[in-house]
Amino acid sequence: MSIAVSESSAKAQKRSIGAVLWDYLTTVDHMKIAHLYIFGGAFFFILGGIEAIIIRIQLLVPENDFVSAGFYNEVITMHGTTMIFLAAMPLLLGLMNAIMPLQIGARDVAFPFLNALGVWLFILGGLLLNLSWVFGGAPDAGWTAYAPLSSTSPGHGVDFYVMGLQLAGAGTLMSGINFLVTIINMRAPGMTYMRMPLFTWTTFITSILILFAFPALTVGLFLLQFDRMFGAAFFDVALGGNTIIWQHLFWIFGHPEVYILILPVFGAFSEIFSTFSKKRIFGYTSMIFATMLIAFLGFMVWAHHMFTVGMGPIANTIFSVATMAIAVPTGIKIFNWLATMWGGSVKLNSAMLWSIGFIPSFTIGGMTGIMVATVAADYQYHDTYFVIAHFHYTIVGGTVMGIFAGLTYWWPKIFGRVLNETLGQITFWTFFVGFHMTFFIQHFLGLMGMPRRYWVFLEDQGLDTGNLISSIGAFLMAVGVIVFIINAIYVWLKGEKAANDPWDGRTLEWTTASPPEHYNWKQTPLIRGLDCLWLEKTEGNGKMIPAHPLKDIHMPNGSILPFIMSLGFFIAGIGFIYQTDNKLWYIALFGGMAIALLTMLVRSVQDDVGHYITKEELKGEAE
Amino acid sequence: MKAWMGKIKALILMGLMAVILTGCGKENLTALVPKGYGADESMKLIILTTVIMGGVFLVVVIVLAYVLIRFRRKKGQENYIPKQVEGNKTLETVWTIIPVILVIIMAVPTTLVSFDLADASDSKDHINIDITGNQYWWHFNYQDEDIQTSQDLYVPVGEKVYLNMISSDVIHSFWVPSISGKMDVNPENTNTMYIEAYEEGVYWGKCAELCGPSHSLMDFKVVVVSKEEYEQWVADMKNYDPEKDEPESAVAKEGKDLFEENNCMACHAIGSSPVQVGPNLTNFGNRSRIAGYKETTKENLVNWLKDPEEMKPGNLMTGKYPELNDDEADKIAEYLLQLKVTDVTPDSAGK
Repeated sequence: MSIAVSESSAKAQKRSIGAVLWDYLTTVDHMKIAHLYIFGGAFFFILGGIEAIIIRIQLLVPENDFVSAGFYNEVITMHGTTMIFLAAMPLLLGLMNAIMPLQIGARDVAFPFLNALGVWLFILGGLLLNLSWVFGGAPDAGWTAYAPLSSTSPGHGVDFYVMGLQLAGAGTLMSGINFLVTIINMRAPGMTYMRMPLFTWTTFITSILILFAFPALTVGLFLLQFDRMFGAAFFDVALGGNTIIWQHLFWIFGHPEVYILILPVFGAFSEIFSTFSKKRIFGYTSMIFATMLIAFLGFMVWAHHMFTVGMGPIANTIFSVATMAIAVPTGIKIFNWLATMWGGSVKLNSAMLWSIGFIPSFTIGGMTGIMVATVAADYQYHDTYFVIAHFHYTIVGGTVMGIFAGLTYWWPKIFGRVLNETLGQITFWTFFVGFHMTFFIQHFLGLMGMPRRYWVFLEDQGLDTGNLISSIGAFLMAVGVIVFIINAIYVWLKGEKAANDPWDGRTLEWTTASPPEHYNWKQTPLIRGLDCLWLEKTEGNGKMIPAHPLKDIHMPNGSILPFIMSLGFFIAGIGFIYQTDNKLWYIALFGGMAIALLTMLVRSVQDDVGHYITKEELKGEAE
Repeated sequence: MKAWMGKIKALILMGLMAVILTGCGKENLTALVPKGYGADESMKLIILTTVIMGGVFLVVVIVLAYVLIRFRRKKGQENYIPKQVEGNKTLETVWTIIPVILVIIMAVPTTLVSFDLADASDSKDHINIDITGNQYWWHFNYQDEDIQTSQDLYVPVGEKVYLNMISSDVIHSFWVPSISGKMDVNPENTNTMYIEAYEEGVYWGKCAELCGPSHSLMDFKVVVVSKEEYEQWVADMKNYDPEKDEPESAVAKEGKDLFEENNCMACHAIGSSPVQVGPNLTNFGNRSRIAGYKETTKENLVNWLKDPEEMKPGNLMTGKYPELNDDEADKIAEYLLQLKVTDVTPDSAGK
């Protein structure tokens, strides 16, 4: 066995960079696609982080001129857009891609080709958006791109926003559909809905949210695209357009979007609390229904972002009370997590620290969530640093901490190494302290009269100290992130190969190798209950019972087509953006579309039935 | 025991005082020291929700701390397997019902206050001011008085004043934190809100919706004066006749000529006029700020006239008039700064 392992690892090391690159360009394997999502997400997270640091340097002292006013608006726009669409979402999709099939006992997702298409659309969409930096300026109308500021913004910045998000959004929509079909159809024998781990449940519900929320964004972006590129007037008041429509479309997408960001990490935290307390999750059923209720209500509350728009008191209070109602299921979840740890054997390692740090942080975010949902009080909070503080408490205190927790917890399964614990704890403490330093004070800055998206704050307005503290906190957070990156590189180079089940896990993913073979299991496991691995452990088996005898495994073939198709759309996107300057760019527009459509045609006529891993091959491989 | 409690109480009180004195921000800017009806009503809700949600937060943190201390895995417990609890109906019901009750407690006053603040049924009986938001300045038109001005909004103390707001370009948001919460200023419809200031003084106003590069510099002032002073101000503004207003000094006279020669009048009116391409400059000498945020000094005004882009990036005045040399800018500044039509000024407000 040891010989086989060293041989294969030697073979892996000998593979040229070109071969690895080709492997990733053509892969349809869910774990490799997860790698792409995580690398892509991490890259954009660093980019968005640099943008955040630029913002905080600019706001270090009053009336600073570190960056110009126009550039500042580009930086805040790109910070928000990058962090939401290109960092948080892909990192979550990466975790889902890596773990969800393993948790339900599937060999891959339902549509591997679509999965690859989704990741390439995200990567190329993200690159397209960021190309704006070098081609004459990034979008500058805020990540919310309110019309008519966005529809009339000069230059091509907002065009890049439209096309970049259109590509990335299409990729996300595909992933959502893919995960839904996977969970509905590909669960292992015995894996009933009410035996699914909570991370799979939240992936499932998040996918439903993606399915219904993203089309609203797509429609909004199309309207904006037609206004900017083809002379339409959806948002041109002088020609009878209406700018408020954009806000509705954006938030009909945008509010479910924040639940898309938080629900998956709720699932991850549930797994982590349960594993490191050595207890089953408290109130499993109520956790699921609370998640569903949050998702359902999440579609009913979008207009709470628009209390000051002038919708009138009836609409305002309806949306206000509906929003407050979300506190109830969220509260249920928080107390269920506390009850999970209650009476348990709580191990405080870095994955658990992130999860425990999440509870007070997110509770503050929820608390201020209720506060901003209170209509007449929101007239003061709205569009100030109070709101900035609130949503960073939910997105950083929730989503980002959840991503760190989930990555730390599942790193061995995804990359085959356990992250260094000491470095992990340094990351946690610097990031956690920095986070609260940065954002807690911002609640007060907002109420003290500092609106958001302010390039400068003036001298002698009592805002100096708060902004200084906030900036120092941001630098601390940056240190935390840098230590995490060092940690990842360190264990990649020096780390030991991880065991299959390093945490004494409870769920199915811990029964595969770390990282798993591309077919995940030789024999699909039989699921006999919730926390199926734990069940087998307590009954003394220690491993899963196979659901069927060893037989050939059918796996999909890799393909370069998803990449080429995405590249076609990418080129067409550039054509769309520049055709307003010069009709010659129609060549790129139609050329790119032709590439994409031809690839679709090739895909349709090509008879690719995948390949089989035979019984003999499986027997030959080491146990 | 009692003395100990007393000490803690004293400490908390002192801490609160310190926070109130230093941590509430600048007076007449901060929403934390409300000085108007809207801000006051908002503040009541802010306090109510903070107290309730603060209570919830405390419960969560105390339980969390207890769990971490009591149930932390200790040495020698590595193999201990806790009881696997599925759930607890009673507990789960309790932490569903209590939040529902808390939400109701917050929802009722929220609803009442938002209907109250949106009630415009008596707008005909009060002062109405039409406000236009522009990149990056505010135009104020006193409907009934035929007065137009910009940047400094004069209102009487203790009276409801209705603001009917619309934008000429992109969306802005009108916010005077110490007097009232904000309302968006949209290009397609007129939004109405009312303000009522409790104390005389000069209040900071801010634009709260991203509107372009100089969004953070789109400040304005609400000058709250006594009723008598307000009437005085209205009378002075109404009686002002720009035709008859000849500058006294020779420099200012030259400035006036330059003002006319350089086509400034195409955008800027002096005296009552429907022209609102640029700020109306009546009573300019009494403006609280240059360009909305710089102290009113001749130096600042000269700098503004020579290079507005430097002071307010993306403004629409840049490039609309011939370049001015130092001497010309100085003369125009001299002229503008002597445009004073009344003794009711930001400096006199509240004194």
